[in-house]
Parts: sequence; structure tokens; C-alpha cells
Amino acid sequence: MSTDAIVLPRTEPLSRPLVDTLHEWVTTVDHKRLGILYLGYALLFLVVGGIEAGIVRIQLIRAHNDFVSPQVFNRMFTMHGTTMIFFVAMPLVFGFANYLVPLMIGARDMAFPRLNAFSFWLTAFGGLLLYFSVLGANGLYGAGNAPDVGWFAYAPLTSRTFSVGHSTDFWTLGLLVSGFGSIGTAINILTTILCMRCAGMNLGKMPLLVWLNFVMSGMVILAVSPLTAAQLMLLVDRYLGGHFFDTQAGGSAVIWMHFFWIFGHPEVYVLVIPAFAFASEIIPVFSRKAIFGYPVMVAATICIGFIGMSVWAHHMFTVGMNSNANTFFVLSTMAIAVPTGIKIFNWLATMWGGKIEFKTPMLFCVGFLFQFLVAGLTGIMLSAAPFDWQLGNSYFVVAHFHYVIVGGILFTVFAAFYYWFPKMTGKMCNETLGKLHFWLFLIGFHLTFDFMHVPGLLGMPRRIYTYEPGRGWDVWNLIVTIGVFFQALGTTVFVVNLVWSYFKGRAAGPDPWDAWTLEWSTPSPPPAYNFVSIPMVKSRRPLWDLKHPNDPDWKYE
Amino acid sequence: MQMRRMNNSNLLRAPQMLLVIFWSAAAAAATDPAAPSISPTNIFAPASTPAQSIFGLSLFVLAVTAAIFVVVFTLLTYSVVKFRKRSTDDGREPPQVYGSNQVEVAWTVIPVLIVVALFMATARVIASVQKAVPSSNAIEVVAIGHQFWWEYRYPALGVVTANELHVPVSDDNHPRPTFIKLLSADTDHSFWVPRLAGKTDLIPNHPNSMWIDPHETGVYLGQCAQYCGTQHAKMLLRIYVQSRDEFDRWVQEQRQRQPSGDVVSEGQRIFETTACVNCHTVAGTVANGRFGPDLTHLMSRDTIAAGASLNTPENLRLWIRNPEAIKPGSLMPAMELNEQELDRLTDYLETLR
Amino acid sequence: MNAASTTIAEQRSVVSRPARGRVGMFGLIAAEAAIFTIFVVAYLFYVGKSLTGPMSKEVLSVPIFYTICLLSSSLTIHMAAKALRRGNIQGFGAWWFATIALGAAFIYGTATEWHRLIYHDGLTISTNLFGTTYYSLVGLHGFHVVVGLMSLSIVMALTLVGNVRSEHAERVDVLSLYWHFVDAVWVVVFTVVYLIGR
Repeated sequence: MSTDAIVLPRTEPLSRPLVDTLHEWVTTVDHKRLGILYLGYALLFLVVGGIEAGIVRIQLIRAHNDFVSPQVFNRMFTMHGTTMIFFVAMPLVFGFANYLVPLMIGARDMAFPRLNAFSFWLTAFGGLLLYFSVLGANGLYGAGNAPDVGWFAYAPLTSRTFSVGHSTDFWTLGLLVSGFGSIGTAINILTTILCMRCAGMNLGKMPLLVWLNFVMSGMVILAVSPLTAAQLMLLVDRYLGGHFFDTQAGGSAVIWMHFFWIFGHPEVYVLVIPAFAFASEIIPVFSRKAIFGYPVMVAATICIGFIGMSVWAHHMFTVGMNSNANTFFVLSTMAIAVPTGIKIFNWLATMWGGKIEFKTPMLFCVGFLFQFLVAGLTGIMLSAAPFDWQLGNSYFVVAHFHYVIVGGILFTVFAAFYYWFPKMTGKMCNETLGKLHFWLFLIGFHLTFDFMHVPGLLGMPRRIYTYEPGRGWDVWNLIVTIGVFFQALGTTVFVVNLVWSYFKGRAAGPDPWDAWTLEWSTPSPPPAYNFVSIPMVKSRRPLWDLKHPNDPDWKYE
Repeated sequence: MQMRRMNNSNLLRAPQMLLVIFWSAAAAAATDPAAPSISPTNIFAPASTPAQSIFGLSLFVLAVTAAIFVVVFTLLTYSVVKFRKRSTDDGREPPQVYGSNQVEVAWTVIPVLIVVALFMATARVIASVQKAVPSSNAIEVVAIGHQFWWEYRYPALGVVTANELHVPVSDDNHPRPTFIKLLSADTDHSFWVPRLAGKTDLIPNHPNSMWIDPHETGVYLGQCAQYCGTQHAKMLLRIYVQSRDEFDRWVQEQRQRQPSGDVVSEGQRIFETTACVNCHTVAGTVANGRFGPDLTHLMSRDTIAAGASLNTPENLRLWIRNPEAIKPGSLMPAMELNEQELDRLTDYLETLR
Repeated sequence: MNAASTTIAEQRSVVSRPARGRVGMFGLIAAEAAIFTIFVVAYLFYVGKSLTGPMSKEVLSVPIFYTICLLSSSLTIHMAAKALRRGNIQGFGAWWFATIALGAAFIYGTATEWHRLIYHDGLTISTNLFGTTYYSLVGLHGFHVVVGLMSLSIVMALTLVGNVRSEHAERVDVLSLYWHFVDAVWVVVFTVVYLIGR
């Protein structure tokens, strides 16, 4: 295909020493390369976190199982949760944001490229520090211990009295370090979006992905900081004899919960809003229609951002807050269901009247729509505080949040991989393997997380390394564990697909999906400078305008 | 580019249909009045007013969410099937619809109304459960959570016991609720007996309270529901709901002190000279430790180690010899006694009725 | 697969967007404000709740002089930035130095206060809830002042070797935003610790 762009002849030698390539990647400040580094890092830890989950599930496959000791089990669920949130989900979010945001707004890079690299390496080393605990928690002379206090590390379990040794410190420091990385990237994304949009792209013309990453970054800045503060306080308690959470000295265990959840709840919106972003880009392209209700989608997201900062104590309905406090948090939590539901309806309306093509990215997005609906509804059940007094801290909650994170977020992340892999590598993913991945993973996901709700309804609490027979939980736990194998298989197919397609995939060209946003106007993969000349746009879908000169978007927006 | 007749959307529907069938069956089974047979900890088999209030609210919430699910699921399925690209497609883009204010208002207002209804129903139940006041004949219990066992004190009745809570039944003619004050000696715990009430946490320096009024006699099971350390999983709960007479008799028995004469059995001597007395109390003897469970009426309990084992001589002996075999990570130390000492000690403990 | 042209019209006009440095610094300030808010909340929550030990009323004396030093440094840094914009490097250097001196005086004041509290009144971070929250909050602020002083000193050094010119005014503005933030935080900390909590 012909372009008016100047095509430079290749001048580099065809093979370069590996050291040079590695050096380039380690010292890169290019947002695209950093994005890929984040994504690769996340995939690595996805496998590690998945293995930890596998160990948990094998131990729980039957009552009184002894696959692992309680001590190992407690470390497994702590590391699984901590790894998946901080070293899989966050890097995925930042990886895609890094890669896509500058391209979508017509910029050459992020606002602060060196801060970008620094933030990535902080995150990466934070994760390595957490995992060093396996070796080093008791000092190098003894076998180490991974943290076993749960991913939310409630006080006073984390005090020196109850957490002997250094495993809790590795949790605290690893997350503290990577937290600074997260804040750095969020500042970077925010600044990039506000300051580096190309001409014509005012805030109402940005792609929804850009808008949603903007809201997400604002939430990171306001939400990760409380966790940083709480972790500093924990370090003061553990090392300087402080009493922030020391109940013997009059301190409060509940205040840790408040601080943690003031971080923890907005954090889940930080994770899910980019998932909404992927859906909002992919669903329109595969339905061949513009997103329905762009201004409302933006407004709903901003609402979610604000309300999301006010719901945190719905994680604390059982700690004994007074009825007024409980009632307030019921109201704010139920309120946030409204803008969230509006988004589902808008995606539905986007598909309505369209011409849907079920390529792999769209399959995962359709799965997301159904599953996010269910996740939202179980969330509404949990928001009714008295119902939460039964369901809270049980396997019902575990099922609910995995439904959101796996059934919602991971599905759209898979969609995003398949959708943007051609742009990042210049090759198409294998469609057959993609569909195989989808079906295997779908079956596994539903086997595990549908049936996981039942033990919760039958009284099974979370974080128990074994359970009594005769409670009626056995068969459900068995089915849940079986599902894990299908998910593992599906993920393996996915990784094989990525590797195979990188080497043997069909050439993709700049715009394999016939899409409409600026990243599809560059070669695949884009050159380091992204655009030969910075574009100027007139509507939300600049490529639609080019492809339909008689019927451009800016006439109707 | 492909012209596939057997397209994906039909296959897509199958698992979603299975989902619907599964949820309906699960909901039906769980709310069935024969539900206790599915599980002794089924939240849908309430036997006490707080659990019942929650159950009523849950039915309302389930009905509303089920209705929403059916509507949206149908619309999603319909759109995915009806608007798929046909093989006979002419290759033109469909009409681009950018939005509709009326539709947006509609699907904002309706959810807001649903939220208002759900909120009102929920606020009512919160108030009814949290603002309940003890009646004059209510039983008062102080429950203190430990790693990994439950201490129970009845201040008005002068009873101290552990792990197995006894309360009187409370029927409509003679209501007699039990109000439980929840404290903790170390880290966070949570008291969850699903058939009797929702869970409430035990947090150090943060007293909480809950109440139950079980309508039927029997044993109700539960367990700690807030991760509290290595043996969180085996911090089990057993609540014995007894008729009035049985409960009064139990109280009388529990108030008895163990006789202490001049002649002390070999087992008692071992108990009182080994570290046992540092942690355990046997009322009427010199043993008055508070770190571990009160053993005065150990033989009146069905289980030991907070439900981890049945209370048999063999299990008791094993527990003293090697607690790690029953509850690895519990704070009971292995007592390093020889076989003969273990026999004598177990014999002594077997006398603590 | 669309083979349409992928050229987009070249940017003809210069579009006006906010400056990156300022926006980035505001982002950092927002994050830091959130961290300080949590420490302030902890401080207020624990007022009067210490079980033992010296109470705030007994040992705290209001540091009026050192507060005036710190808050005046906002004025001097503002004058410094103005001077630089006008190209008056000498004036800039003088006002900048005054800012550093006032900031250093504040740190000195904090240090002497802490010395008295520790050795004379027996209040340390591990004494009681008041000690823990006081040293953490004031210490966190002091740490930010020290970091600010380090940055200001680097600029001072660069000025002395003649590397700072009027075209760097915008960067100096961004740095002074940080310094103003640190002063604003002190207003809050001062109010909470010495007025409300005493």
C-alpha cells in the first residue's frame, strides 16, 4: 500500500550482538519498548501467580488434604494475591497505557521519558524484592519465608509480635518501592494527556482509552499514596517502636483497615477502568460502529472515579462500625452501580445495529460483557451490608472479585493483546490458536468461578488451608480445582500463540482491523519517532474521516 | 474474509445457557426448606432472628439482581446473535449511531430507582440488627478470641469455658436471646455461625457485640472468618442450643470447682509441676493460667483444640504429646513427657468432668 | 483490510497546551498531599488517646519564630523567581540564598525542639501514641524540607558557576511550586499539632 510518508532504506546490519540488543532494551526510554517490558514482566508473573493459585487449589481439592502445610499454604495465598495485583495487573495496565496513549494522541513519547523508565524499573525491582523474601526473610543464614499475612496485611497480625522475622518487611518494602513506580507512571500519563495532545484533539475528541487512562492515573495518584503512608507507618511500628497499629498501647487495628481500603478500593477501579478502555476501543471496531454515547461514557467514568473514593468501608462491614457508617457505605456502594451499569448499556448499544465480526479480540470482549454483568450483580449483593455479614470474608467474595479481575479484566487484557499485537510486532496472531485459547479459558473460568460462589453460600470462609468434611463443601471445591487446569491450558496456548506468531505470523500491515484511531496510521511496528509529522485531527475517529471523506465523523459529533 | 456458516455466536450461547440453568438450580436448592441437609452452615437455613432478617433481605436482593440479569443477559445475547455479520454481507458499514439522550436518561433513571429500593430495604435490616437492645432475661456472654481458640465467660452466671458455647433456646413464647460481647486477646478474628447470625469481627482494643436467639435446639457449627495466623482454619465454632432445663443444668455443672484434697493423683502432680499451669486453669486447684483454654470441665466438651479433634483419650494424649500432629502451628507446645507421664496426665484430665 | 491512505494533514497551527513541568509537579503535589493527609488523619485520630507518657500540652511549645522563617521563605523564593524572569541573576542568587538560609533555620529549629523533647522531656517515637504520631508527621514534613533544600542547593551551586540564566525561569518556577507546597503543608501541620492537638 502506498503512503506519502518517506520510507528510509534499512541501514542497520541484519544481525547484531545480543549484548547490544539487551543494552538497548535495558536503557530504553521509548514508551513503546517500556510498554512491552511491562507486558512481558506481567506475563511472567502471571505464570508465577498462577502456579501459586494452583498450589492453593490442589490443597483445597478435598477436605483435610495435606498437599502443603498450613504455613506454606498461607504464604501461597498471600503471594498469589500480592503478585497478581501489584506485579501482574498494575504492569498490564501501565504497559498498555505506556504503549498506546502517546500513539493515540499523536505524540512522539510520554511527557517524561526518563521518569517513565525509572518508574518501570522501580516496579520491576519491587517485585524482585518481594520474591527475594523466599530466600532472605530470615536473614541469609536461614531458609527464607515469603510473607504470609494475606495481601491486605491486617494489623496487628503484621506487628513484630505476630509476624516474627522479616517476611512482612519484604511485603512492605517491595510494595513501597513499586508504589513509587506506580505514582511516577501515573504522573507521567496525566501530564502526557494534558500537555501533548496533537492539534485539533481537544479533551472531547480523545479516544475513550485515553480518557479512561486519564481518570485511572488520577486515581492512582490519590489512592496509592495512602498505601505508601500506611506502609511507612507499619515500618515505624516494626522498626522504630512506634504504636500506630499497636493495640496494647491504645492504637487501632481498624485504622490500618481504613487506610488500606482507602487505597484498596480505588485500586480495583484503577485495574478495571483500563479494562473498560480496551472494551471501548475493540467493541466498536468489531461491531463496525462508533461507540454509543461517548460523552456519557466519559461522564460515567469520572463519576466512578469520584464515587470510587468514597466506598472503601464496604470491605469493613463486619468490623463493628455503627449503623450510620454502615448505611452510608451501603449507599455509596450501591450508587456506583449506576454509572457502571450505564457503561454496559452503552457497549450493548454499540453492538446494536452493527455488523459484529467474532475475531478473537471480540470473543474475549463479549465474554467480558456477560461476565462483568454477573460480577456487578454479585457486587450489588455484597453491597447490602447485612447480606455481606454472611457473604463477607467467605468464598462468595473470592468468587466475586475473581469474576471481576479474571472474567472482566483479564478477558479484556487478552482481547487487547490480540488486538494490538499486530501493531507492536507487525505480525498477526494465529486466529485458530486464539479461538482455542478463548474456549479453553472460558470453560476453565466458569468451572472455577461460577461454582466457587456455592461454598461461600454454604459457610466456607476464605484463607483456610483445609476444611472439615460434612460441611457440604467438598464437591464444589473439587470442581473449582478442575477448572484451574483448563485455565492453565488456555494460558499455555496463549503464550505459545504469542511466541509462534512473533516468528511465523502473517504480516499485519499498519491497519489490519480497519480501525479508526491514530495508532493505526503508523507502520507496524511504529518507528521510534511514531509519526513522520505530528497529525492534526478533526474528530474522535481521524481514520474514519480519511476512509469516509463524504461522511466524516466531525459532521455528526 | 471467511464465509463460515457454523459461526461462533451459536456456540457462544451454549455456555451462557448453562450458566443460567446452574444459577437457577443453585438458588432453588439453597433456599429449599430442607436446606440444612445440604450443609450445616448454609446461610439460607436461618434458625435465629438476625440470620432470618438477613435471609429475608437476601431474597429481595436476589430477586432484583436475578431480574436485572435476565433482562440484560437477554439483550446481550440477542444483540450478539442478531447483529452478527452475515455471510451475505454487502461490505458497507452499518449506520453510525453516536448516542441518544432519551435512552441514556432511561437507563440512568431506572437503575437509580432500583438502587433507592435496595437501599431502603437494606437500611431497615441494618437498624433492626445493630440497634437491638438486650432484654432483661438475656444471657450475656463475653467471647474473647485467641490464636486459635475461643474463650467464653458468662459474667452473671459465673461460668468460664472454652470453644463450645452453650446457650438456651429462644422460642416466640419465651424469647431469651444471647448477647455476645466480642473481644480479642491478640489479633483479629471473626465469629461466624451462619445459621444463627452474620459474622462480626473480634478486634483487639475494639469491643464489638452481636446477638442470637436460636429457635431450635441442636448444635450449630461455624468457624473463625478473619485470617488470624497459621491455624485460622481450625479455629472452629460449636454452639449448643439447649432447652431451658438442660441449659440450667449445664450452668450448674460448669460452676462446680474441682475438688482439691490433700492426696493428689500422679497425673495432677504432673499437671501442676509441668508448665501446664502457666497457661491453663482448673478451678479449685492451683492451676490458674489464662493463656490457654480453661480445663476445669474439659470432659464436658465433645471436641478439643477448638474443634480440631474429637475429645477422646487417644486424641487428648496425642494432643499433649505432639500438638503439631493435630494442629500444626498452634501455640500449644509439645510437653516433652515420657509415655508413662502422658498416661497419668491423660487419666487425670479424664477426671475433669 | 483497508488500503486507504494513512496520511493525516500536517499540523499547521501551534496548539496551546499547558506546560509539562508544571502539570507534572502538580501531579506530584497531589500525591504528596494524599500521603500527608493520611498522616494528619492518624495524628488527629490519636489526639488524647495515649495511655501513658508526656502529653502534647505538657511538652510542646509553639515554634513561632521558625514558622515565620519557613513561611517567609515562600516570599523570598517568589522574589527569586521574579528576578530570574527579568534576567537579574545577581538578585536571583541573593533571594535564592535567603530561601535556603530560612529553610535551614527551620530545620535547625526542628532539630533543637526534638533534642529538647528527647533528652529533656523523654518523648521519643516509641514512648506513646503522641510520640509516634508527632515525630512521624513533623518528621515526614521535615524530610520534605530537607529534600527541597538539597534541590535548592544544587540550583545555588549551578548559579554560582554561572549556569543559570533567564531561560531557566520556568524550571525554577516548577521547583518553587514544590517549595510552596512544603510551606503549605507546614501551615496544616502547625495547625494540627500546635493549635488543635495541644
